[in-house]
Amino acid sequence: MADLYKRFGGGLGTLFLVIVASWIAGMVLAPNVMMIDYALRPNLPPSQIGGPDDIYSLDNILYLANESVHRAIFYKTVWASALVAFATFLVCYPLAFWLAQNATPNQTALVLLALTIPFWINEVLRTLAWYILLAFRGPLNAFLLGLGIIDEPVRWYGDGGVLVGMTYAYILFMLFPIYNSIESLDKSQIEAARDLGASTWRIHWRVVIPHAKAGIATGCVFTFMLAAGSYVAPALLGSPGSRWFTEIIYNWFFEGGDWNRGAAYALVLLVLCLAVVLITLRIARVSLAEVAK
Amino acid sequence: MTFGATRAVSDVSFTVEAGEFFSILGPSGCGKTTILRMIAGFLEPTEGKVLIGERDMAGLGPNQRPTAMIFQSLALFPLMPVWENIAFGLEARGAPKAERRAKADELLKLIALEGYGERMPGELSGGQRQRVAIARALAVEPQVLLLDEPLSALDLKLRQHMRAELRSLQKRTGVTFIYITHDQSEALAMSDRVAVMSDGVLQQVGAPRDLYDNPATSFVATFVGETNAIPGKVSAVENGVATLETAHGPLRGRVGDGLSTGKTGKLYVRPEALRPDGNGENALTATIERIDFEGAFALVHGALAGDTPLVASISNTELGSAPAIGSSASFGFKSANAVVLPDG
Repeated sequence: MADLYKRFGGGLGTLFLVIVASWIAGMVLAPNVMMIDYALRPNLPPSQIGGPDDIYSLDNILYLANESVHRAIFYKTVWASALVAFATFLVCYPLAFWLAQNATPNQTALVLLALTIPFWINEVLRTLAWYILLAFRGPLNAFLLGLGIIDEPVRWYGDGGVLVGMTYAYILFMLFPIYNSIESLDKSQIEAARDLGASTWRIHWRVVIPHAKAGIATGCVFTFMLAAGSYVAPALLGSPGSRWFTEIIYNWFFEGGDWNRGAAYALVLLVLCLAVVLITLRIARVSLAEVAK
Repeated sequence: MTFGATRAVSDVSFTVEAGEFFSILGPSGCGKTTILRMIAGFLEPTEGKVLIGERDMAGLGPNQRPTAMIFQSLALFPLMPVWENIAFGLEARGAPKAERRAKADELLKLIALEGYGERMPGELSGGQRQRVAIARALAVEPQVLLLDEPLSALDLKLRQHMRAELRSLQKRTGVTFIYITHDQSEALAMSDRVAVMSDGVLQQVGAPRDLYDNPATSFVATFVGETNAIPGKVSAVENGVATLETAHGPLRGRVGDGLSTGKTGKLYVRPEALRPDGNGENALTATIERIDFEGAFALVHGALAGDTPLVASISNTELGSAPAIGSSASFGFKSANAVVLPDG
């Protein structure tokens, strides 16, 4: 902070501080405090708000704990998000390695551009594209039928559709951190490992992945959080059997009319995401500062 | 070996004896690293063959060849402790942990780093890292150890120390070393034999003394050690002695490869062969410009008629009788100490 004042002087320094402080207060703290406040209060008709029944309790959170269907959807969202992160990692790692170590600068530029262009379009529209591709009478089924791989159209909507849609939607969040970390690996280390007789598998397991650990952890954390908080992909590509926890939250707010219970559910999801981030970083022995880079 | 349209190495054939310390010497960009990478298996030659112990290496990758390479950057694995670095090649061969550890400890002893096994490479000094890299390569018991200028990052003192250490390590282990360098004093000091390269072409292969005393080409004469070159035209070749008509009168030296009467060429004479007392069958008169004192010896820089530079080396003990700066002095040399080589 002293550094800030030294660089920009009293007036400008204070202005920056005020802008940052009001951003944090207005955009980060206030909504979360309001959410916690909502979550801990009962859902009352307007006339009773502020009355004797309007007291703080854990009722809304306990409701989730006792409601077995919602609980099951919550757990499923957790492991399915982890699966999305893992699937995205499997897709991105070979590509990131190739881009960082083997591709010519022109190839890298071309591939990164090709991967970035779809992100100029809104996420809803991109997911809608998958909705069309995976449709019962859509191009994917037609293609597979044409090749004779399947005999009758497959219903892709559901868990599989959600997994594919999310993996596609979050690919860049995984690719860039891994690409950046592999790019800083000295090529001669890979050559040295190879020269000492290591198989491709061992080179990756012992040399490349340990080096890229911070990038991989960052990518997994990003992807997990985005997947757990995703609404569009499960709403469009899911089926009644593949409900996502965010859809339950949405229903409490906009269909159940119970904002308090919705806020409690959202709070649980937030706490879960925080826990996953911290545990993943602990496992990977990566500090939060490294992720921010 | 060609890269696209560029021919990096052409017509290079040499044989390295088992247990030999063999150096490939040349300026940067001459193709020496390309040769090393072809031996290691990172590159496949577009034409020609690499044989190791009579066995053709074509089609074998670096992990299948009996070679181990020490990289210019050393390429130690920074996230593994020293002992795992050393034992990595054994790990790749599926050796059990106890065996790997024992081998690592044995090699740590060999490189005088006992007890350093648990440290991380980043905690070691430059010279220690160097030794760990050598131990890691020796752990796989290669027939041939390939070294790509591994000493270039060290400071002068350490470099000289490591030269001696490398040399003694090579003698103790009996492994064939192929050493790449652009530093001619390094190559001359360590090697049993040296191959000199320039522009992808092999110039000469020989023992260090041989290269220095009997350079086969003008490139070797000028690249290996200091020398004076005096141009002229060959007027006679007889009994292994050539006479060169130069701007400074006829000079005589030993006959070099490919020399015949009527050709243009140069006479090469080393600074230490030039005597300031004028003794010898040949004489050159130069104006003394400056004297660089180097400690054990001094370099006398002069200019011949027509501003051709001349450098003579005189020992410290002769310095008292050295010619004065600005004076004219006669430098003599024996024909046996000079060589005449054709141009080109």
